[in-house]
Amino acid sequence: MKRLLSAALAATMLTGLAQAAEVKIGFVTTLTTGGAVVGKDQEKAVNLAIEHMGGKMGGLDINLIFGDDGFKPETGKQVTDKLVKQDNVDFVAGYIWSHVLLASRKSVLDAGKFLISANAGPGPVAGKLCHENFFSSSWQNDQTPMAMGEVLNQKGVKSIYVIAPNYAAGKGMVAGVKRTFKGEILGVDMTTWPTQLDFSAELAKAKASGAEGLFVFYPGKAGGAFMKQYQQAGLKNSLPLYTVFSVDALSLPKFQAANFTDVLGSQFTQQWDPTIDNAQNKRFVADFRAKHGAYPSFYAAQAYDSMFLIQSAVDAVGGDLTNMDGMRAAMKSASYSSVRGDYTYGNNHMPIQAFYLREVVKDSGGNWTTKIVQTVYDAHQDTYAKDCSMN
Amino acid sequence: MDYTLLFVQVLNGLQLGLLLFLVASGLTLVFGILDFVNLAHGSIYMIGAFICASLTFVLGNFLWAVLVALPLTGIVGYALERIVARNLYDKDHLDHVLGTFGLVLVLDTSAHILWGPAGITVPLPLWLDGQVELFTGAVIPVFRLLIIGTGLTVATGLFWLVNYTRLGMLIRAGASNRTMVSALGIDIQTLFALVFALGAMLSGLAGMLIAPITGANIGMGGQIIITAFVVIIIGGIGSMKGAFIAAIIIGLIDTLGRSFLDTLFTLIMNENAAETAAPAVSAMMIYILMAVILAVKPQGLFPPKVR
Repeated sequence: MKRLLSAALAATMLTGLAQAAEVKIGFVTTLTTGGAVVGKDQEKAVNLAIEHMGGKMGGLDINLIFGDDGFKPETGKQVTDKLVKQDNVDFVAGYIWSHVLLASRKSVLDAGKFLISANAGPGPVAGKLCHENFFSSSWQNDQTPMAMGEVLNQKGVKSIYVIAPNYAAGKGMVAGVKRTFKGEILGVDMTTWPTQLDFSAELAKAKASGAEGLFVFYPGKAGGAFMKQYQQAGLKNSLPLYTVFSVDALSLPKFQAANFTDVLGSQFTQQWDPTIDNAQNKRFVADFRAKHGAYPSFYAAQAYDSMFLIQSAVDAVGGDLTNMDGMRAAMKSASYSSVRGDYTYGNNHMPIQAFYLREVVKDSGGNWTTKIVQTVYDAHQDTYAKDCSMN
Repeated sequence: MDYTLLFVQVLNGLQLGLLLFLVASGLTLVFGILDFVNLAHGSIYMIGAFICASLTFVLGNFLWAVLVALPLTGIVGYALERIVARNLYDKDHLDHVLGTFGLVLVLDTSAHILWGPAGITVPLPLWLDGQVELFTGAVIPVFRLLIIGTGLTVATGLFWLVNYTRLGMLIRAGASNRTMVSALGIDIQTLFALVFALGAMLSGLAGMLIAPITGANIGMGGQIIITAFVVIIIGGIGSMKGAFIAAIIIGLIDTLGRSFLDTLFTLIMNENAAETAAPAVSAMMIYILMAVILAVKPQGLFPPKVR
């Protein structure tokens, strides 16, 4: 009996040790439905990041668990709860969609875990709801459209029409462009998300408004649908298109397959581009292309960064995952090498970073990709930082 | 009031309505005649879109692809009837819903495995990819006119089929009293399989027509099936005429709501509030209409005569 007990005790200690020797990371993204195209790209990037790290962070093995949000806030929250409560992960990263992040953030933060957004950046999370354990490896939603508003001013566009989906991120994008664009906004249409993919009525209104430009935000598959209909409506010359997050490395190969040449030369703003010249980015883009035969999307770049941000934290404390303050300080310093180049964190743990104007071009191999045309902002901070009580 | 814009939006509404009719006509046939609730009807819409999209690249032309994809989609429908639907006819509606919901998941995942998560952008031949100016200012994409033309042709064809052919007579008879029809020596099983395949082809055709606009995507069927159910409930379950009129009404309400509701709202509230309220209300309008119709005429606008 005594021997049995001590054997049992030893077994528990062993499992205890085994648990301590790994860092558990949950990654919530969209792996089913039409949104899966984005999630799969992030999944590839995360796996590549782990491979580049040699499967270790701060001497610990990495135990990565993916969660599928099914493109729905309620499912996203459910899978987040499962990661936090059942799997007891140390970090939860991911979140493509702002409404999913908003629904899930409390589950992670209330449990005292770190939450890293690899895409979504809704205003509240950057402002009133900012939290010491929340970090973004992407941007605040309004920043990218603000950069586009600035580009519109520089181009001398006097009036625009705005079409965007009616959910948290869509509203943020509209707010962003409104904040910096100095001309007149002749109309705003918010469409049902994510179900509406036919934009005939909105395009007809935009055309009738007589605006000089059309500002659009349609992430994922909706972006492809929008671009196609914009071309079919024949608006290219009368109503030039300015987009954010609507043309990406996921839609470009599809456009190329369909020989949809109107998209060549189209411009949009972003914090990252595959041509950014630093060692981390070169390795990421080259290995991603070698492995998957396509350029990584910005979603993939941010997911890749999120893993290295976490690594910098775990490395800094030498694998002591109970040292939350140490890990937090390490992430706050943004001292890891990011594929976008160096950036810093604001008081709300949102990046203060450069924004570029990207243009769709053919690369030397004839593949459709993007290059940087100009730097719009050198170090841009979001406007919600002042509502955040942290300093 | 901008009449050119109104005209363009009415055409857009008509186009949406006719697409809805293609999906709803198959649904109402199957629901009305086979008394079978088929949630997977929308998945056939997706399968049609994907088959046609792949064939466009193989055959090099969208129109050829549609012609080949139509019978293929019919075969898929026939197979689904044989394998899945036939075993569920005797069960009650809840079992139909459960069974076909399972089928939705299976078909979505199969499409995911076969075609990948990215979806497919479908290229059109040049002459279909342009626009025409009907009169000054009224510029319409040619392809949308093609959808309207196809929709009207199919509607006429279905009207003729149901009202003036032997098959149509059997279909109507089957809808009224299927036991009597089989007692008269008609092979009701084959009739049902044919109706199911026909419904699949109609739904698939709608998917093929929308594919060059929105692309072929996983889960695209889940969005249209709900609206299609609204259409057949408003039109009267089993009624082809009802499905047609209800689909056009819904297409127009949805498009015109999206177009003019925000302008209308600015008359009674400020611009920012209207901007937020209008999309929410216009998304609800078809359901409000359905609720009103259900309250006033629970059988729908044009219920088939006897059941």
